[in-house]
Amino acid sequence: MADSVAASVAASMAERRSPAAAFAARFEAASAGGGLRLAEIPFLTQINLRVDPKSPAAERIGTAIGVPLPVEPGTAAGGGDLEVLWLGPDEWLVVGPDGAAPGLVERLTEAADGEHVSVVDVSAQRTTLVVAGDRARDVLAHGCALDLHPRVFGPGRVAQTMLARAGVVLVAGADGFRLLVRSSFAAYVAEWLLDASVEYVAGG
Amino acid sequence: MLLIACPWCGPRDEAEFHYGGQAHVAYPEDPAALSDEEWARYLFFRDNPEGLFAERWSHTAGCRRWFNAVRDTATNEIHAVYRAGEPRPVIA
Repeated sequence: MADSVAASVAASMAERRSPAAAFAARFEAASAGGGLRLAEIPFLTQINLRVDPKSPAAERIGTAIGVPLPVEPGTAAGGGDLEVLWLGPDEWLVVGPDGAAPGLVERLTEAADGEHVSVVDVSAQRTTLVVAGDRARDVLAHGCALDLHPRVFGPGRVAQTMLARAGVVLVAGADGFRLLVRSSFAAYVAEWLLDASVEYVAGG
Repeated sequence: MLLIACPWCGPRDEAEFHYGGQAHVAYPEDPAALSDEEWARYLFFRDNPEGLFAERWSHTAGCRRWFNAVRDTATNEIHAVYRAGEPRPVIA
């Protein structure tokens, strides 16, 4: 069932283009030196979830998706192919692979079971950019006021903040950072990242 | 630039916040019973102290929650931040 849903979603979107698709070649060129890796992960499923963290529904949702909702501000929890990002005291972003949205919305809505819960598919709102490698922190520091030192902002930390004056969701992973940027800001942020990384790219 | 400690997200640049004016201005219990002057006072009249001032801020670029802060209007020092609905802390 889930597979056929995913297949039909993929088929109906055969023509779709990701917001930063045009930057693939320049991202690759900037990543060639090895100190930095820029890339886009297109079309991730993103579900905005709002629920009282103390309600039975929140617990049922955690069980249903196999990831308890992280209640500590600025943290992420992962399990299987899903990741749950803390966005606010009663708000989370459930991130999954491409095509998972219909099934995921169904599971979340079922687990909510009529309680006061909001489940909204916002997959098209943002695309995901990867900033990884030894120089990732230096590049982001050009436009982000947060302390990104691993002691403060290590793997599992999430922040909604500004990067070069664009609103982003910044996720720290073991292999670098992911930036969730609004589709309409993706080209700007991509250009900014390429510009900020010039000094860290071999031969730049 | 002020460094404002969001009660949820921790210290962030002022640019991430929006200002919301004086805190603890209660909505009138029976608005229809107010005279025009009383209504205008509720809508438009605010304290303007030199010194400690409880005010509302919204962490617009972050968790998007409203909260309150006690700021010294003369020095811009923020003495306390607290979540919406909590009483104003007593500052010596």
